[in-house]
Amino acid sequence: MTRGVWGWITTVDHKRIGILYGVTAFVFLLVGGFEAALIRLQLARPDGAVVSAGTYNELFTMHGTTMVFLAVMPLNAAFFNYIVPLMLGARDVAFPRLNALSYWIFLFGSLFLNASFFVNAAPNAGWFGYANLTAKQFSPGANIDFWVISLQLLGVSSLIAGFNFIVTILNMRAPGMTFMRMPVFVWMTLVTQFLIVLAFPVITVGLILLLFDRFFGTNFYNPGAGGNPLLWQHLFWLFGHPEVYILILPAMGIVSEVLPTFARKPLFGYPVVVYSGMLIGLFGFGVWSHHMFTVGLGAVVDSAFAVGTMLIGIPTGVKIFNWIATLWGGRIRLTTALWFALGFIAMFLMGGLSGIMHAAPPVDMQQQDSYFVVAHLHYVLVGGSLFGIFAGLYYWWPKMTGRMLSERAGRWNFWLMFVGFNVTFFPMHFLGLLGMPRRIYTYAGGLGWDLWNLVSTVGVFILALGILVFIGNAVASLRSAAPAPADPWDGRTLEWAVSSPPPEYNFRNIPTVHHRDELWALKAGRAPVEAAPPPPREIHLPPPSFYPIVVAAGVVLAATGALTHLALVVAGALVVVFGAYRWAFEYRSSLGGGLRPPSDASPRGLRGQSPRSSGPR
Amino acid sequence: MTTPHEAVIGSTGLDHRKMGVWAFLGSECMFFGSLIATYLVYKGRSPSGPTPHEILNIPLTSISTFVLLMSSLLMVLALAAVQRGDALGARLWLFGTPFFGMIFLGFQVYEFATFVREGLTLQVNLFGASFFVLTGFHGAHVSVGVVWLLTLWTLALRNRLTRADALIVEIAGLYWHFVDIVWIVIFTLVYLIQ
Ligand code: HEM
Ligand SMILES: [Cu+2]
Repeated sequence: MTRGVWGWITTVDHKRIGILYGVTAFVFLLVGGFEAALIRLQLARPDGAVVSAGTYNELFTMHGTTMVFLAVMPLNAAFFNYIVPLMLGARDVAFPRLNALSYWIFLFGSLFLNASFFVNAAPNAGWFGYANLTAKQFSPGANIDFWVISLQLLGVSSLIAGFNFIVTILNMRAPGMTFMRMPVFVWMTLVTQFLIVLAFPVITVGLILLLFDRFFGTNFYNPGAGGNPLLWQHLFWLFGHPEVYILILPAMGIVSEVLPTFARKPLFGYPVVVYSGMLIGLFGFGVWSHHMFTVGLGAVVDSAFAVGTMLIGIPTGVKIFNWIATLWGGRIRLTTALWFALGFIAMFLMGGLSGIMHAAPPVDMQQQDSYFVVAHLHYVLVGGSLFGIFAGLYYWWPKMTGRMLSERAGRWNFWLMFVGFNVTFFPMHFLGLLGMPRRIYTYAGGLGWDLWNLVSTVGVFILALGILVFIGNAVASLRSAAPAPADPWDGRTLEWAVSSPPPEYNFRNIPTVHHRDELWALKAGRAPVEAAPPPPREIHLPPPSFYPIVVAAGVVLAATGALTHLALVVAGALVVVFGAYRWAFEYRSSLGGGLRPPSDASPRGLRGQSPRSSGPR
Repeated sequence: MTTPHEAVIGSTGLDHRKMGVWAFLGSECMFFGSLIATYLVYKGRSPSGPTPHEILNIPLTSISTFVLLMSSLLMVLALAAVQRGDALGARLWLFGTPFFGMIFLGFQVYEFATFVREGLTLQVNLFGASFFVLTGFHGAHVSVGVVWLLTLWTLALRNRLTRADALIVEIAGLYWHFVDIVWIVIFTLVYLIQ
């Protein structure tokens, strides 16, 4: 393993890339949280004067965009990267260098987006950038250009990762791991990747049209020339609704791993959970117009989309019942990870219920663009996705770092976040029903909104304290916590069969799988213990590569050129072509000597087949 | 090329790279689907001309469509040659395919230039905007395919493309056929059904 900074820059190891994703995304979670705190400070009292109206627009736009694309999606990606290959019993992902490329484009795209702050041109048209507010006529500055271009970059990064993980999951399962033996987290990752691969091209096209309108004077979204701004809304939400499942399905997967482990019972109704995950993904493409009930598509269209939206509630509800039934009668260990999973179920349920409320068009017409929607979306995104991610952090931290987190601090972390979250967001339901619109930078006193706004702002500080406890817990753990054993939670899935953190090659011998909860079966003696084949003398791993970061740099150079000078676009394109060719012809089949696995006994007695059967490429 | 292209056969029996390209093409369907939908939604909604009737030259584009279709045939021959280990055939057809692609692109450049002269531009109306963006992105895909195939051709010239590499030719072929099929759809919807 190459060490030092160079080692990280050229790494193609899925575990290291997972850590890079996690650290970067956590930083952006703090950035987005800081923006949210400013928003809440501004709104704490009537006639607030913390920020100007213009800055406020930038803050909520950047907050939404950051949280969705730079925090929650890549935090999920951190787990995809680190955990999925381990759960599959694989040595890496299918295309390790493409994996590195996804990360670097994500990093550069994120920096590009935030660079807009330094030239005083942060995006300011909301996270869904409605046409024709985004037209050159109404948004003449570079603000929207930054937004369009960085979303394109982030889209490319997600798409590349999508292809990679689809192939990894379909093609790199350990021998014996049939689809119906795959851990639910892997299943939900797979569904998520299909959603990414099918939904992102649609917003790509929407953004291309916007780019042409802004850069080349076309009139796609210009009603003055016959264009229809609603085209943007359709393209955006045809992407946007699957996107919300892209944000939540991984959390559902995490919770489906955490609950059985700490209830010491297999997941209740595994096939039903898997199928309802697929159904959610499928239906997710057919409900986008529920974001457009107020644009006047007509009663028939509105009704159809209302019914579709309510239908999605069914598989979602089914999952909730399955999770509860998993807990039922279990021998429960109330760890922090489980607390967060329980918090997820409760909070996601509440977000789901308010969602069902505005699935009815007449109700939605009252709630659209009010704080009720802000409450709803945060119950599913913070109470749902983010709590799920924290469950995953507490669950897999020992595996990823080799250290235990303090459970005591974890309890503080959970309860502060849980209380802070509800104090912040529950009052927003009231505010919305009292008529407070979203995206207003201030309001007059005496409208009945003063109290709840203040309460909500206080909540943010409790929530922030919870995050601070997490940071403290993490730092303390890395500095001085006890080393984590391979299997601290009495786990069920293959990642717990290897040391914490796992060796670079993950598995000395690729395991053979006989059960859905393979590790439990092994530990209980229910899986056949086969004679161990001799450990392989050499394990072939893909060598580190410099070209992913070169290609990503070329891409971001070209993006910079789009805002500055054509010459940079050309230069960036040349770097991409150069990097891509060197990449394609990079010497890669034999690495400078395979890794020699240590000769100690294979951990946990997993027996396996020849290690080369489904190596990474 | 220094790498012997050993196939990496995964749990499904498919090579990783091949499966990756299939996933990519699925994604491309949504990409072109959205562009084509945009074109169709805006059909007939331009407040002023030029209109498709006045501009599109069906006989000319039929020829270029035919050339592109023939390039798909050559692609099949190229793959067959590489699979057989027929070096001469591989060199011939791996050049012929992108060459036909370049002829198609030549027609497109000529077509675009003529249209602009006749007053159809990106800015003039919705038809111009949606037509140029749709066919332009298709043309860009053809160009990528041309570069890809020419790269394989140079490998063939240097005897670096053996039977064991048939898979990388097959993958390029998948892409090439896909781009062809997209063109058939565009040609039908944009040119034939006005
Ligand atoms: C951590 C604490 C958070 C707080 C205190 C917070 C607060 C807020 C507030 C007050 C708004 C409304 C601004 C307005 O309409 O004027 C808002 C909007 C939004 N938030 Fe958050 N938020 C938090 C976390 C998150 C997370 C984790 C996500 C996503 C995963 C998220 C996604 C959004 C989105 C998409 C919007 C809409 C932005 C727009 O209107 O364009 N937020 N947030
Ligand atoms: Cu939706």
